[in-house]
Amino acid sequence: MSKQNNSFLEWIDKRFPLISTWKEHFTEYYAPKNFNFWYFFGSLALLVLVNQLITGIFLTMSYKPDASLAFASVEYIMRDVEFGWLIRYMHSTGASMFFVVVYLHMFRGMMYGSYRKPRELLWLIGMAIFFVLMSLAFTGYILPWGQMSYWGAQVIVSMFEAIPFIGETLHNWILGDFMLSDAALNRFFAYHVVTLPVLIVVLVFVHIIALHEVGSNNPDGIEIKENKNPQTKIPVDGIPFHPYYTVKDIFGVVVFLIVFCGIIFFAPEMGGYFLEHNNFIPADTLKTPDHIAPVWYFTPYYSMLRAVTVNFLWIDAKLWGVFLMVAGVAIFCFLPWLDRSPAKSIRYKGPIFKFALALFVISFFVLGWLGTQQPTPLYTLLAQVFSVIYFAFFILMPWYSKIDKTKPEPKRVTK
Amino acid sequence: MNKTKIFLIILCMAPMSLFAAEPGMPLDKAPVDTTDNESLQRGAEAFVNYCLTCHGASFMRYNRHRDIGLNEAEVAEKLILTGQKPGDLMLTAMRKNEGEEWLGVEPPDLSVIARAKGADWLYTYLRAFYRDETTVPGWNNLVFDRVAMPHVLYELQGEQKLVVKTAGGKEVKSLELVKPGLMTASEYDQFVADLVNYMVYLGEPAANDRKRLGIMVMIFLLGMLGLTYVLYREYWKDIH
Repeated sequence: MSKQNNSFLEWIDKRFPLISTWKEHFTEYYAPKNFNFWYFFGSLALLVLVNQLITGIFLTMSYKPDASLAFASVEYIMRDVEFGWLIRYMHSTGASMFFVVVYLHMFRGMMYGSYRKPRELLWLIGMAIFFVLMSLAFTGYILPWGQMSYWGAQVIVSMFEAIPFIGETLHNWILGDFMLSDAALNRFFAYHVVTLPVLIVVLVFVHIIALHEVGSNNPDGIEIKENKNPQTKIPVDGIPFHPYYTVKDIFGVVVFLIVFCGIIFFAPEMGGYFLEHNNFIPADTLKTPDHIAPVWYFTPYYSMLRAVTVNFLWIDAKLWGVFLMVAGVAIFCFLPWLDRSPAKSIRYKGPIFKFALALFVISFFVLGWLGTQQPTPLYTLLAQVFSVIYFAFFILMPWYSKIDKTKPEPKRVTK
Repeated sequence: MNKTKIFLIILCMAPMSLFAAEPGMPLDKAPVDTTDNESLQRGAEAFVNYCLTCHGASFMRYNRHRDIGLNEAEVAEKLILTGQKPGDLMLTAMRKNEGEEWLGVEPPDLSVIARAKGADWLYTYLRAFYRDETTVPGWNNLVFDRVAMPHVLYELQGEQKLVVKTAGGKEVKSLELVKPGLMTASEYDQFVADLVNYMVYLGEPAANDRKRLGIMVMIFLLGMLGLTYVLYREYWKDIH
């Protein structure tokens, strides 16, 4: 580095903690050296977030949040805007891939006990990001104003009506109208491009700060900070984030981009899962489609909503469904206090946990698939059974995690 | 562990393949090839002659047909029947509300209909009209029961009638040509194939560019894959 360069950095550093920040979060942030495949998804989530922000800005330049113009403006982007189709597909594929990456990121946390002490707050901040992400996806899906945008949103906003006493007032207040209309499209656009992106960026920042405070977990679920080199005070199993994990994550990014671009360029609809066929029909407020299905990432929760078919305890089945659906998402927040196993990572947990986690994953997929289908008596029964399994994974965890036979955790991280 | 993983993945995927089929009439496979410019040009001419009278394709500009090998003069000569300019959107010749008055519903815009319905559905639908005096337009359709649209192409295809046979306790519906049209059955199939091929193009005019660019992006990324892997191994060789 030239002398001039150094003096410039010094000038900055006297006014802003540039070098110390760089050291704290990159060159002297020590991450466990045994990260595996599952540890790519945090940085990939960040990549997808940036993709959504940038492509989103460009889409905003040509999109019209007006019920009579919205659908046509999306097609204008697809046809008349230079590379508009690419920007739009990057954004629509990015939305689905955001959920793929975040679901895998969360699953990683569940496997290796990343929600356990001292990372409870980190996990909760992550859950807050997940809620905001779901809101972003919901408000964004309305914008093309196709049949699925309209009727899918109709299902979701009608849930507010199920709330006793204030339901209808709340519903009308949220929509700014008695039904889903131009007024709602305008305000959902505002949430989607201003409120929620700001929130998610702030929360992601806070998530990373919290992570760097407690340090990263690892596939062995042991604390590398408990074993430091007495002279250097550096964890013996830790390596600097930069350059080791930056170069590794760049490789991960390229692998991800191959999948991501494969979808964008060769299968942007993903067989109707990423872009639903019916959403190529403009919203018709008078014609309810035969079959309303949300996009795939909401379908597990949609199944739970539909699973409750009986009124009990003087409460309407619909309200129970809403309650179950919200609980299905919110219950992840309690994981840090539900898990009583002496071991953090699945590597040292016993067979009961492995079995429970496998059942949970199966129930998540089955519920997800059921949510894309028309309900039949058999499917509703299946949705009920798998909803019970889904919740049992969490609710029974304090017991089964305690009685499970664990293996002793190692002192040092393993390969 | 690996075997269990594979088993779990298969278990999760299984329901998707088992129940993927939808009920209803089986659809014929449309021979779509959006790189076949001759077929697309024939389809485009058929589209402006037979469809654009009642339906719009109002997200599409005439001069966009350079994609399928037509320059502005050719577009003006072959495709513009409404006196519009080459840069204009392909609007229907019908005025607002006329469709609703005449047919009961406003004919839908066809710009992205192939993406909503699928090529196979369109290909089957346009060949599945039959005489049915009980309906208002006098026509019915095997894949779209009591559709408001009359059989616009009947002059070409001729007239079909519905034949219902019972085989093994199940009703099997089929169509039989009772009055021949201007085209033979195979000529008509080819005509509809071109038309549907064009509608697939119309649904996403950038699709061919997208795939072309995609191949270059993939080649670039595969190069980057090797490069970044070597970089990663180089940095990590002293980490054990």
